[in-house]
Amino acid sequence: MNIIIAGDGKVGFTLAQQLTAEGHDITLLDSDRQVLNSSMERLDAMGVHGNCASMPVLLQAGVEGADLLIAATNADEVNLLCCTTAHAINPKLHTIARIRNPEYTEQIYDLRDVFGLSMAVNPERQAATEIERLLKYPGFLRRDVFAKGRSEIVELRLDASSKLCNVSLMELPGVVKCRVLVCAVLRDGKAFVPNSGHFRFQEGDRIFVTAPTRELTALLKNLDIMTRRVRRVMLCGGGRVSYYLATLLEKGGISVHILEKDPERCRQLSEMLPDTQIVHADASDLESLESYGLSQMDALVTLTGEDEVNMIISLYASSLKMPQVITKLGHNGNRNILDSLKLGSVISPKDLVCNHIVRYVRAMQNQSGAAVSVHAIADGQVEAIEFVVEKDDPNCGIPLKNLKPRANVLVASITRGSQTEIPNGDSVFHAGDTVVVVTTDRGSVLRMGDVFL
Amino acid sequence: MNYKMMGRFVAQTLTAVTVLMLPAMIISLCAGEMTVVYAFLLTFAIAGALIAVLFLSCKGAPGVFGAKEGLVCAAISWIVMSLVGSLPFWFSREIPSYIDAFFEIVSGFTTTGASVLSNVEALSDGLLYWRSFSHWIGGMGVLVFLLAVSPGGKGSGFTLHLMRAESPGPDVGKLVPKMRKTATILYLIYIVLTIADILFLLFGGMNLLEAACTAFGTAGTGGFGVLNDSFASYSPYLQYVTAVFMVLFGINFSCFYLLLLRQIRGVFKDEELRLYLGVILVAVLLIALNIWDRYATVEETFRHAFFQVSSIITTTGFSSVDFDQWPAFSKGILMVLMIIGACAGSTGGGLKCSRVLLLGKVLRRNIRTLMHPRRVQAIRINNRVVDEQVLDNTNAYLAAYVILVFVSFMLISLDNFSIGTNISAVLACFNNIGPGFEAVGPTCNFGSYSTFSKLVLCFDMLAGRLEVFPMLALLSTGTWKRR
Repeated sequence: MNIIIAGDGKVGFTLAQQLTAEGHDITLLDSDRQVLNSSMERLDAMGVHGNCASMPVLLQAGVEGADLLIAATNADEVNLLCCTTAHAINPKLHTIARIRNPEYTEQIYDLRDVFGLSMAVNPERQAATEIERLLKYPGFLRRDVFAKGRSEIVELRLDASSKLCNVSLMELPGVVKCRVLVCAVLRDGKAFVPNSGHFRFQEGDRIFVTAPTRELTALLKNLDIMTRRVRRVMLCGGGRVSYYLATLLEKGGISVHILEKDPERCRQLSEMLPDTQIVHADASDLESLESYGLSQMDALVTLTGEDEVNMIISLYASSLKMPQVITKLGHNGNRNILDSLKLGSVISPKDLVCNHIVRYVRAMQNQSGAAVSVHAIADGQVEAIEFVVEKDDPNCGIPLKNLKPRANVLVASITRGSQTEIPNGDSVFHAGDTVVVVTTDRGSVLRMGDVFL
Repeated sequence: MNYKMMGRFVAQTLTAVTVLMLPAMIISLCAGEMTVVYAFLLTFAIAGALIAVLFLSCKGAPGVFGAKEGLVCAAISWIVMSLVGSLPFWFSREIPSYIDAFFEIVSGFTTTGASVLSNVEALSDGLLYWRSFSHWIGGMGVLVFLLAVSPGGKGSGFTLHLMRAESPGPDVGKLVPKMRKTATILYLIYIVLTIADILFLLFGGMNLLEAACTAFGTAGTGGFGVLNDSFASYSPYLQYVTAVFMVLFGINFSCFYLLLLRQIRGVFKDEELRLYLGVILVAVLLIALNIWDRYATVEETFRHAFFQVSSIITTTGFSSVDFDQWPAFSKGILMVLMIIGACAGSTGGGLKCSRVLLLGKVLRRNIRTLMHPRRVQAIRINNRVVDEQVLDNTNAYLAAYVILVFVSFMLISLDNFSIGTNISAVLACFNNIGPGFEAVGPTCNFGSYSTFSKLVLCFDMLAGRLEVFPMLALLSTGTWKRR
């Protein structure tokens, strides 16, 4: 597909990287020539210099023949104008705009047609939703939801005290006492799909487990990692993510404390969030954190604008045995280095929004049997892909043990109606079922037909 | 430096060149020239061994590939493919000295067309074809060819470095987002134009081999002919066809792409194209006026002026008359055309019209700045502001160009030819034209130069074709230092 990306920033560049790797024709637009030049040397894409909301620049970028425009500049207004202009030139164009200002959120959804928008993405709100879901099940580092929320892949880290250390795959059902499937293991920075029953878990592994959403509680309980429900949360930094997160948590009846060092922002937040305690304080001053009630908190989320500060606070909280720590990072350079630090769950708004857009692009391709959604897990080394089985799929109704899957591909779950099944050799899928497969060969499985030989 | 990746790339280039040698061998086989067939087979064996060694020793290359590697890789690829491409001439003993064979194929790949052979007609069919086909390969570039056929660098941008190193022009860009598609489009335009040329030549009464060889020489703006007197004995029709096609191949290929997209207005508003066509028009008129008393009819005068001008400005180097006999004013114009050269993004050589345009605009800006020191001016081409970085590169290019021309001129002066011969020889090689004036004029050849001078001229040809910087990068110590 011909895709135009306006704004060659963090999100724009990461998207361009992922989408060129998937074989799309990318044109990057930016008003900074230097940034554009350095991107051109790293990507097989075309760069056009200029203001992305102006018609001549859009025409130069080939908007007339484009299929999708993604506006990800740092200004919401420019993004909107860019999409509106492009859509007026080419009415068939799909447009995605990044809109971050909370004041616009409501009207954007209602006025999508007016602006010619196909989708609006909000990295901060998405990050907030993600953090809220993690807070609901403390213990999981990450949750990916499939089949409209009926099936999940959750990430667990095995520390020395974990019940799973030195347990082999064969013994697993005896320990967890519920239907789960380990679909990927990340050990020493390398991800693989365990396929032998004798595979043993080790301390330090990060494992990715498929389970029906309803059994997650049982899983946590049987592994002894279910702690008490989160009732009090401290958020360090009062940015947009904090605002969205606090609104969500307020609705769930959780008590929220926000530390923010800018008095003006504190005042704004206190006007917008009636039930939240806003404290004017610098969260990076570690000694004074205790005086704001750190020890009474069930969870700490670091959301300041600086990655280094977030990491320091999270490390400090972990050292105090805080039950749950979540760290927001803007740049997540080397995951191997981060892995050795006790940062708890790491959330990157940039990655979330990129994954979201890549999913949209894949759905747009809309070949028969195309993936409904694709999730990158295990630091992006493993893909979890969701399909809806079509009527004429040749493998319908055949037990899995009689089918030959490709190497490094695993069927992780089959959801029929409201029932999610963890497949074994006798499992079959029928037309209309939602199937999740996991693979370590990124980009090799694009259609249902690619799963089996 | 990522030596392994570079090794792999050189091996791929070599593979491409070896495969492209096959048709020449088949022609030899059909013509029953068994010595030549054996020479080709021996070349294949050596190239195959070299490719195998390179591929095996360069397994598991890391993917980092920067601008430096791109430059050096282009230079090394061109040298290696010339070293191998010259072998059939040497093995078959049709060019007894290896240096001469090397000079001949470098002249072929760089689309220069300077020859050391005094009797071209004595060459066997297969080698004649290979000699001309090397023009066609070198015209658009082997690395670009590789980019078109290889399955792409997995979305990374390093391919741009290779294209930049090989494609002529101050500001190399892509036509479409994908490098592979860009390269494919360029090659398709190239192939279609070449086939059109062959058809026109066949219509004019040439046989297939002759037409193909001539068309390859025209398409690559090379200039190896199949006859000793180049174009003098061909009919006026063939001369006109070739002159027009030379002009076409000297145009920036992105103009043809715009024509395909039906953006005709954009093409005719292109400043570089206007300059190119304007220079041709003026030069033809001036030369025609200067030589009007030498030929019987107005048509003949015009035809020779047009043929020589289009041959020299596109840096092809065919000749329909011995222009060394022309008056000094006409020769002077041709010498200037040698330096100006064709458009950027074409198969031609020289300084390139777009650089001349840029340099002219920079000069105008500097003069204005002298008069109004605080005036701020951006330089535009086709109503788009040109990046200062591009201007800097253009200035540096001119400096490197002048220095290299003078150094080479001094070095080959050791052979004690006249100043006119030496300077025109250097210019003819550096700008990839072929024939110069006096002792290297259109009726003579480079065979009388010493081995050392031939090597200097080989370097000049490669430097001219690859636009100086890759060859300079090869010589720079900073390139090879471990850092």
